[in-house]
Amino acid sequence: MNIDSIKNGYVIDHITAGRGMELYTLLGLDRLDCSVAIIKNAQSAKYGRKDIIKIDGETNVNLDLLGYFDPNITINVIKNGERISKGHPELPERLVGVLTCKNPRCITTTEQELPQIFKLTDKKTHEYRCIYCETKVSRS
Amino acid sequence: MRSLISIEELSREEIDSLISTANDIIANPKKYSELCRGKKLATLFYEPSTRTRLSFEAAMYELGGNVLGFSEAQSSSAAKGESVADTARTVSCYADIIAMRHPKEGAPFVAAQNASVPIINAGDGGHNHPTQTLADLCTISRECGRMSNLTIGCCGDLKFGRTVHSLIAAMSRYENVRFVLISPEELRVPSYVRHDILERGGIPYSETQDISEVMGELDILYMTRVQRERFFSEEEYLRLKDSYILTADKLSGAKDSLCIMHPLPRVNEISVEVDRDPRACYFKQVLYGKYMRMALILMLLGVSV
Repeated sequence: MNIDSIKNGYVIDHITAGRGMELYTLLGLDRLDCSVAIIKNAQSAKYGRKDIIKIDGETNVNLDLLGYFDPNITINVIKNGERISKGHPELPERLVGVLTCKNPRCITTTEQELPQIFKLTDKKTHEYRCIYCETKVSRS
Repeated sequence: MRSLISIEELSREEIDSLISTANDIIANPKKYSELCRGKKLATLFYEPSTRTRLSFEAAMYELGGNVLGFSEAQSSSAAKGESVADTARTVSCYADIIAMRHPKEGAPFVAAQNASVPIINAGDGGHNHPTQTLADLCTISRECGRMSNLTIGCCGDLKFGRTVHSLIAAMSRYENVRFVLISPEELRVPSYVRHDILERGGIPYSETQDISEVMGELDILYMTRVQRERFFSEEEYLRLKDSYILTADKLSGAKDSLCIMHPLPRVNEISVEVDRDPRACYFKQVLYGKYMRMALILMLLGVSV
């Protein structure tokens, strides 16, 4: 399979095989005007199988969200057809507007103008908690 | 400016200092009777409460201050749809300190983010109730004479009972404290208490369903209410409810120095005959709660003796 190389944009590599579509939706890539390619089940020397997303366009990717989704992902930034940086997203200390608290007793359920903010409470287990009610995020 | 939303925001030294202030208030009430003259406490209670609201109000009056506020959401601007943030900003213009109870978890935190005066969380749903824990800690200190080398039995609904979770978190900071968790299978402490506080902190604990077999080991017995609606079936409730009612008979094997506590309100989980037992400390606990709230108000207002 041949996917054209991109001029300006991102190559999000080493996505756990099968989770590419989920990340595509989470990042809101369906709302972009530029070309986006999702490669599923690509061969990987490191992981056996992986998914890859290529975004051909100058847009802002939510790196906090990528770090939360999977800090082992590799992000390549492409400018004028050249890779200018490559690295893993950091596990963000705070997630703003990414998750929604599921606790029905949380103040955010009645006061919906409050920003949804989660803080990292355990780096080892990647545990996040709502800053208002401290409910742990259950990852599906 | 500092608020108090969760008991974990207080260091062990600060808790010890609050207990020491409470002890001094008990010994020398006159010394404190004018310290908040000209200051106002606003009690913003979005749901009904007897003890906590009256305790805060009594605490402020005994410091020579004044009190304003509301005792249900219907008589506040919340009924018109005002946000907690706006109410906190507005009340900051009238009062020097605010005590807030709200059914939604995190509401006092939102208030603290927006108020220009200290906020005290007076209970937010099933989440935090730090001044209840302060009352419990003062009771332990005064009635047991120490905060370390204690075996603490927690009995009843340990799953939903927020006071038990906060007590375990607070007492885990003291040396040689052991917990005996007495509850039906359905109402055991949640995993975050067992794993995050007890196991992670290396705190010794045991679990049992039978209060009689552990009674003799306990220095403190912290009773909570087992509520019918918490059970999956009526049969289970009927089978278990009497196991968690404290009677004079069940106390026969207990230490003479046992301290029996309860956050109240009590329904039937401590029989009234136990009230006459000198080891029953739950009404003293209410009184100590008022003194700890006085100490806390002084600390947050930065008033020194």
